[in-house]
Amino acid sequence: MAVVSRDNRGLRLAVRYLVLVLVAVVFMFPLVFMIVSSLKPTQQLLSDTASLRAFLPVGDISLDNYFAAFARAPVGLFVFNSMLITIITVSASIFLCSLAAFSFVYLNWRGSGLVLSIALATLIIPFETIAIPLLLFVSRLPWIGMNGIEIGWLNTYHVQIIPWIADALTIFLFVQYFKDLPGELVEAARAEGASWWQIYRKVVMPLSGPVLATAAILKSLKMYNEQYLWPLIVVQDEAHRPIMVGLGYFFQLDVAWGEVMAYLSVITVPVLVFYLVLQRAFIASIASTGVKG
Amino acid sequence: MRKLPRIATTLVATIALSPAALAATELSMWYHGAGNEVESKLINQIVSDFNASQSDWTVTIESFPQESYNDSVVAAALAGNLPDIIDVDGPVMPNWAWSGYMQPLPIDEAEIADFLPGTIGRWDGKIYSIGLWDAAVATVTRRSTLEKFDIRVPTLDAPWTAEEFDAALMKIKDSGEFDYPIDLGMAWTGEWYPYAFSPFLQSFGGDIVDRSTYQTAEGVLNGDAALAFGEWWQSLFTRELTPGTSQDPADRETGFIEGRYAIQWNGNWAAVPMLEAFDDVLFLPAPDFGNGPTIGAASWQFGISASSEHPDGAAAFIKFALQDKYMAAFSDGIGLIPPTPQSAAMTEKYNSGGPLEVFYGLSKAQALVRPVTPGYVVAAKVFEKALADIANGADVADTLDAAVDEINADIEKNGGYGH
Repeated sequence: MAVVSRDNRGLRLAVRYLVLVLVAVVFMFPLVFMIVSSLKPTQQLLSDTASLRAFLPVGDISLDNYFAAFARAPVGLFVFNSMLITIITVSASIFLCSLAAFSFVYLNWRGSGLVLSIALATLIIPFETIAIPLLLFVSRLPWIGMNGIEIGWLNTYHVQIIPWIADALTIFLFVQYFKDLPGELVEAARAEGASWWQIYRKVVMPLSGPVLATAAILKSLKMYNEQYLWPLIVVQDEAHRPIMVGLGYFFQLDVAWGEVMAYLSVITVPVLVFYLVLQRAFIASIASTGVKG
Repeated sequence: MRKLPRIATTLVATIALSPAALAATELSMWYHGAGNEVESKLINQIVSDFNASQSDWTVTIESFPQESYNDSVVAAALAGNLPDIIDVDGPVMPNWAWSGYMQPLPIDEAEIADFLPGTIGRWDGKIYSIGLWDAAVATVTRRSTLEKFDIRVPTLDAPWTAEEFDAALMKIKDSGEFDYPIDLGMAWTGEWYPYAFSPFLQSFGGDIVDRSTYQTAEGVLNGDAALAFGEWWQSLFTRELTPGTSQDPADRETGFIEGRYAIQWNGNWAAVPMLEAFDDVLFLPAPDFGNGPTIGAASWQFGISASSEHPDGAAAFIKFALQDKYMAAFSDGIGLIPPTPQSAAMTEKYNSGGPLEVFYGLSKAQALVRPVTPGYVVAAKVFEKALADIANGADVADTLDAAVDEINADIEKNGGYGH
């Protein structure tokens, strides 16, 4: 009987691994297709889409699409711009939104519940509805730059950063997480005479690794992958364009799909590295808060 | 004390001759060709030549990806950030002029008398824009295919009639040798639909809007001629003569060259790969559905923004660009149709006896600009949806009536668009 039981366990394990491998393969398909396609001439790439060859590095394989993509557009500049905008926005957003959440959860000031509700209500407003008023607003705002006071934020990095720092979803994530932290820790710190800033910095934030990772990943993906409409209308010079607007360089009358895939492969690398570094914390946070990305 | 006037004179002369005083006035220019290496090189060459040719103006160019160019211009117009010179797609120009984004182009009619009609952008009786090229659509097939099925080769003087065209498609379909007899390019959404397919409607005798008043689509988009067009259009899909709206873009790119489509409805910009693939490729005129054969016209053109404080400088640049050598260079570089006979003669493919000369003839003989109205940008989208719906089996009369209602409501909402 013991032998049969061991066999069953082995079989179940094998089936489980088989299913997991199949699921992993399905999820890997888009990535594999993108990378494999980036190595093929456009004509072959299009012909191969009708068969499994689309996922195999077969035929006329080369790095020509990568060279052509870098010749067609300033890919490095676009990646640099997007990474700069993403890093500054995410850092500032996590700091300010966590402070706001800390205030909502621990400071108990009058009207905090109402303000939090109003902040969360902004989640249902599509950005497209406020894009034009926001454009008109930022085009008249002053800024102190290298040449003194300038009017208008267009064609700058800060116009792509500042409007995205305050974010209801990030505040919500921190509020939910802070509510689950043991209140006794904060009470003990207060009893010891710690200031609210000390409690935020030395008690609450050190315990907030998982939510920090979740907020950082969600915000980074939004800033890096989804910034299209806003930079399109506020940035008219190439020097400040991010990657998603740069993708348009490859959509000419005859689309060079091989180059598109090469460009997408290049811009995907930072996202993959970032996710791989933070994935354990991300999964832990999803498990603890029930929030899905 | 005597030195003082001398010093003053020196000072004045120094200031007058300083770089700041001698500096040319800067003109900004936006162009839709970012990512197009050949086009960028050509337009930058024109800018560089212009800047070197005189000392009054210096043009600086900023290029945008074509797919987002219009949105960038509209946003910049709202924010008061337009450049001096813009380029504009021909059918969109009336909307930008009416919206106050552009000012008339000070150019003498005599200077552009030889230009193809589709390259001149007019609105409200004034010229607003001028193009260095045009584009045309043709019926593309192989001589061997027509000979095999004993189909007459149509000419500009004697295009296929509706019956001939239909019979040819059926003959090819019945042979079973091709996936489809004709590929209309249903995979290319957006402006392709009104540009490529409204000429069929116009050849039937209908139109997107009534051009006599531009105040309604009633009677032209849902009249008898339009209904006949709609029924014919739907039959192309029910009889499986052409791929439908679910066509894979990859098939659109490769289907004709790989021999899966016998005929293709395509533009001059796609002609070069076809010439390379076959030695017997034919570029044929549009069929005549009863009201004359028609193809679309008007491509990208240059104009002056309404906010430009230097329209004379902007006009000087645009006139400078209208040189035969530049128009021929654009044609040689990206395969576009040169706008004048002189520039056509200087090109490799559109000169007399050149492989694409037929497109120049098609543009001259069959081209009809899309409705010249600010409302076109809305009507075009309504027309596109109606054609896709009919292709997918929607009732022809109901769909065209609904399209008319939508276009009329938009015209009314915008106070008639200034006509």
